[in-house]
Amino acid sequence: MIVLLIVAATAMALFSFSSQAAHADEVDTDKYDYRVSGNVQLDGEPLEGVELNVSGNGIDTDVNTDADGKWAVGVPERNADYTVTLNEETLPEGIAVVEEGNDAPNVKEVTVGPGGRVTANFFIGEGTRNTTSFFDQFVSRAINGLNFGLMLALAAIGLSLVYGTTGLSNFAHAEMVTFGAVAAYFFSVGLGWAIWLAIPAAVLVGGAAGWGLDAGLWRPLRKRGVGIVQLMIVSIGLSLAARYTIQFFIGGGTLQLPGSDSPRITLFGSVALSVIDMVSMAISLVVILIFAWWLVFTRIGKATRAVSDNPSLAAASGIDVDRVIRIVWIVAAVLAALAGILWAYFRPGIKWDMGAQILLLVFAAVTLGGLGTAFGALVGSIIVGLLVELSSLWIPSDLKYVGALGVLIIILLFRPQGILGRKERVG
Amino acid sequence: MDWLQILSNTASSILAPTTMAYALAAIGLSVHFGFAGLLNMGIAGFMAVGAYGYAISIITFGLPWWGAALIGLAASAVFALILGIPTLRLRGDYLAIVTIAAAEVLRLLFLTTAFDEVTGSADGLSGYHASFRASNPIPPGTYGFGPWIYNETGWWVRIIGLITIAVAVLLVWSLMRSPWGRVLKGIREDEDAVRALGKNVFSFKMQALVIGGVIAAAGGLIYALPSAVSPGDYVTSLTFFVWTALLLGGAATIFGPVLGAVLYWLVFTFLGNVLPALVDSGILPFISNIQAATLRYILVGIALMLLVIFRPQGILGNKKELTFVK
Repeated sequence: MIVLLIVAATAMALFSFSSQAAHADEVDTDKYDYRVSGNVQLDGEPLEGVELNVSGNGIDTDVNTDADGKWAVGVPERNADYTVTLNEETLPEGIAVVEEGNDAPNVKEVTVGPGGRVTANFFIGEGTRNTTSFFDQFVSRAINGLNFGLMLALAAIGLSLVYGTTGLSNFAHAEMVTFGAVAAYFFSVGLGWAIWLAIPAAVLVGGAAGWGLDAGLWRPLRKRGVGIVQLMIVSIGLSLAARYTIQFFIGGGTLQLPGSDSPRITLFGSVALSVIDMVSMAISLVVILIFAWWLVFTRIGKATRAVSDNPSLAAASGIDVDRVIRIVWIVAAVLAALAGILWAYFRPGIKWDMGAQILLLVFAAVTLGGLGTAFGALVGSIIVGLLVELSSLWIPSDLKYVGALGVLIIILLFRPQGILGRKERVG
Repeated sequence: MDWLQILSNTASSILAPTTMAYALAAIGLSVHFGFAGLLNMGIAGFMAVGAYGYAISIITFGLPWWGAALIGLAASAVFALILGIPTLRLRGDYLAIVTIAAAEVLRLLFLTTAFDEVTGSADGLSGYHASFRASNPIPPGTYGFGPWIYNETGWWVRIIGLITIAVAVLLVWSLMRSPWGRVLKGIREDEDAVRALGKNVFSFKMQALVIGGVIAAAGGLIYALPSAVSPGDYVTSLTFFVWTALLLGGAATIFGPVLGAVLYWLVFTFLGNVLPALVDSGILPFISNIQAATLRYILVGIALMLLVIFRPQGILGNKKELTFVK
């Protein structure tokens, strides 16, 4: 679909300074020492009269391409960022700036480096100005949203189970998510293990961490009879401490797990998924199904639901509540660690606050589905995932989380117990 | 290691505008949580409303600084009303999640490029100081002694900050010894009992949310007064740090929030200065300067946990005043 890639190399821009300077439409290049330049072509044919705008650092300059499709704008600062906007209205009919996965491909941020010049290239091709058809975009976003939602569900189910059995809104769940991804990085990149070995190892370590947290912190606090609100604030403190501990070790940058740049495979139309995306969705689905089987049919799963329902009654009927809670913590931590690994591939990249970035979405999902209900968390997560991805069709993509959080607030107005929750839980 | 410099930096944090902003936010939170039992986790949102309300009023609408300050405070009252209507009927932990989400929604709205012309997007807002500085009665020059030496602008910001804190403390003190305050504390202890007495619990909670929110917004204003407004400041972590300061001093006390904020910043500044110095002088091996700076945030988290577990009433609090009933 993309017809042409235009490259105006820096060397060419330098060359044009001497011999072709007279041809290019140049604005302010005498006035300022540094320049942003480019070359607008379609199929090797220059496009004349295309309007561009360069702004930033106190300038806001319009320029038109000359007969060779060239343009240049003088800028006052180097080591600075400028925004180049190509006015699509001035392109010939049926022609647009196209770039996959970019909502505004006709706007480019460029940095004038120490060399004092930079070229801004646009991908110009035939097609609707909105890159892909609405239907294709919708399907592609919906699949992405489903993937995101299933990943959220892994984290949300654990959070909801913990809430159901202990009454704790665990803010440190975010760090259990991050921990899983960091552990996978440690095993795969740090120790050089194969990724299929590193991921299960990371998930196991995550589960062990969950057990450790319960044995070392939450169980003693339960025994002390610390209140629910206090426990929640303890979890906030734990979240802060754990988050910055992770930053202490991995720093503020982004790390990549192996295989995160796997190629995308076009399914139909413009819907493309990477192998990682497909594997990730499959893993989420299988794990959620196993979990559902565990919760519904196994003895310990039934005990978990009984404790969720009424801890005292469960204890009276001979269920070891403490053991159930310990297992719930381990299951929650395992699911969170897996969610973290998938989230690291989805973002993509591991960052110290990656868990905190989705914590509120996870809370939104859990509340939407009904606090304390495992399957509610699943339903809520998929709704939130779809909502986040699909809403960016209509609203700016930097506001896509707002929709989901807004729904959280609105749902509490009309159905505070959530979709699958029972009314009495809200009190 | 330059101990004198470290101690001087630490001492100067007592009078820093940031400390005053934390104190005000903590006072607002003490009205919400300490006295009314409202688990507000969106205090950063209230501060953001105050700061942005102030800056936008000056930059976009050209109001004088005191008019802009009033707009900022009024905006936070409106924010409290909007937030309160759906959430105040809910149980504590729901309220926490909704307020934290609302604050985050607000921050994302300030951050998005869609409203760049008004909010400045990721760059935030700056350059709104002219009116405030023109109102400064202090003649130009530097004043003060020891670690507290500032120029006329620095003092003017600090004086306004101190006056605001004094007014807020006085307001909360007089409110909490009034019948209104007693009802509020009653709601904190046992909502149903107060309802049984015929009080409109929702209305009392809403009033507390608005009053505390306005005080917290004043904190956001003081935060923005000397420098700039940046959306990166009003993150959830800010809420958690204010909570730490509040719980340190004592949630259900008048002076607790102020004491907590000052102590928080004394310790935080001290650690921020002493840890890198320890690394430089080789006393703290194996870690870099950046890691040393991260270390103090880890300590804040641990301090918050220990505080809530072992001394939930804070330094000034009374254990009989149950702040964690629900």
